[in-house]
Amino acid sequence: MTISDKILSNHVGKKVVPGDVIICPVDGVMATDTTGPLAIKAFREMGGTQVFDPAKCALILDHAVPPPNERIANLHKMMRSFAKEQDMRLFEIGEGICHQVMVEHEYVKPGDVFVGADSHTPTYGALNAFACGVGSTDLAATMMTGKIWLKVPHSIKIKCQGKLQKGVSAKDLILYLVGQLTISGATYQAIEFEGETFESMTLASRMTIANMVAEMGGKTGIVNPKGLLLDYEYEGIEPDKDAKYLKTYEFDVADLEPQISAPESPDNVSNLSNHHGVKIDYAFIGTCCNGRLEDLQSAAKVLKGKRIKSGVRFLIAPASKGTLLDAMNDGTLQTLIEAGASIITPGCGPCVGTHQGVPGNDEVVISAANRNFKGRMGNPNSNIYLAAPATVAASALHGEITAPDMYLT
Amino acid sequence: MTFVYGDNIDTDRIIPGKYTKTLDLDHLADHVLEDLDPTFSKRVKAGDILVAGENFGCGSSREQAPLALKQTGLSVIIASDYARIFYRNAINIGLPVLEIGPHDIENGDDLQVDIAEGVVVNNTSGKKYQAVKMPQVMIDILAEGGLVSYLRKNKQYKV
Repeated sequence: MTISDKILSNHVGKKVVPGDVIICPVDGVMATDTTGPLAIKAFREMGGTQVFDPAKCALILDHAVPPPNERIANLHKMMRSFAKEQDMRLFEIGEGICHQVMVEHEYVKPGDVFVGADSHTPTYGALNAFACGVGSTDLAATMMTGKIWLKVPHSIKIKCQGKLQKGVSAKDLILYLVGQLTISGATYQAIEFEGETFESMTLASRMTIANMVAEMGGKTGIVNPKGLLLDYEYEGIEPDKDAKYLKTYEFDVADLEPQISAPESPDNVSNLSNHHGVKIDYAFIGTCCNGRLEDLQSAAKVLKGKRIKSGVRFLIAPASKGTLLDAMNDGTLQTLIEAGASIITPGCGPCVGTHQGVPGNDEVVISAANRNFKGRMGNPNSNIYLAAPATVAASALHGEITAPDMYLT
Repeated sequence: MTFVYGDNIDTDRIIPGKYTKTLDLDHLADHVLEDLDPTFSKRVKAGDILVAGENFGCGSSREQAPLALKQTGLSVIIASDYARIFYRNAINIGLPVLEIGPHDIENGDDLQVDIAEGVVVNNTSGKKYQAVKMPQVMIDILAEGGLVSYLRKNKQYKV
């Protein structure tokens, strides 16, 4: 059995095989201010009175924080009042991005099945959990019943060998993999990441990897637990030696170069050298993909004692309040601010195009986010390039797309 | 009327994130597909059909995407295939979606659709397509008009 087969079998109490339709109990659910209000509405309409377990349900205000207008302020108010009524936790404005918050506050652990009303929920695969994204009505049904219907997915294995070069990070690797598999390469499937390249990765880097399973269409993406260090003890789930995979990809990534995803699809990926010198107006580091401490630290390493190019603006949205505090305490924040960065409220920030940094017409953005679809950041007449945080920092420094390796020792 | 679009139409193109924070479905419908085809929301009429290529609805989990499409009065969406969250969301809100594999349906083609049987006949080209069968639980949810009515009636999932 694959990791997915095992986790799902453990939850339904019998052996499942790909293709089975199961009613699966869940260990946690969450919704955000984009998906929560519709979920609450659907919950009431389907006759819901009490959530299945308040300790396993969470609401997070992160997509439009602080609220830019009265309409969104009132949606936040509606979510607060529902959380109070249900005695469940609501993470307030500035607590951080849903996925970071769920991991930091241990709402999800290895071996869990977790359902989140956000497409980047597969991020928890970093923790060796089966996590998938759903919409608001599915979320409402799961909050009410504690269960979700799922078709057991086939699994795809991605095996990577080789140590990443200096200046190449987990983001470059996952961009490369998205480019290889394409935007629909894992639709309906579960991905398993395995091999020495992943074994040496921190939890934060593994989250970057699992996060972009969404950009391959995957139902979930689980990183093999080998080498995963957590603050608590856990029992990792590994696949059987004879586990069956729909497909196995093997990559030697020792020579991988920094990667860039060019407009207007995340799978439009190629070596940074193909884009070297493209002028940028705006640099952004943050999001559920790359807003963690190690991401801010790698940007600070590039920018230490320097100033970004005049005429470029540089926004940073830390992934959570915890990230913000850690970056404050170790001096990372000071380095970044002195280099010219503006720090905005922990949350999704400009990635979802609602407010806080919409690009102007014909402007070029270099972003550490995970999506660059047309109009993603709120203006269909702008262009978004995706890259690793160190590349974003080096590009802000030069005002054009630049590889970061010369600044990283 | 049949509106035909291409592959990988993502949810940001279906309804940009800046419009999603609302419970006002008409507001969603006013902006549906505006970055792909600014004329769509003005031209679409009740009963019209939207046809797309592969991986329709990829990207975000926002249910506002199928809700915006449904609110225009579209009777059915036909695509080669779909991104999984969009597909689930569409069924959950009672918007029929048919997955018919590769096709060569063109703008303005005259389509005859039997949603229950999953059969699409293109009267213009004479071709016939059979949609992929959904799992029974989805057929049951769609038959109830969506997951809200399904659960209001059944209280639990039935498989």
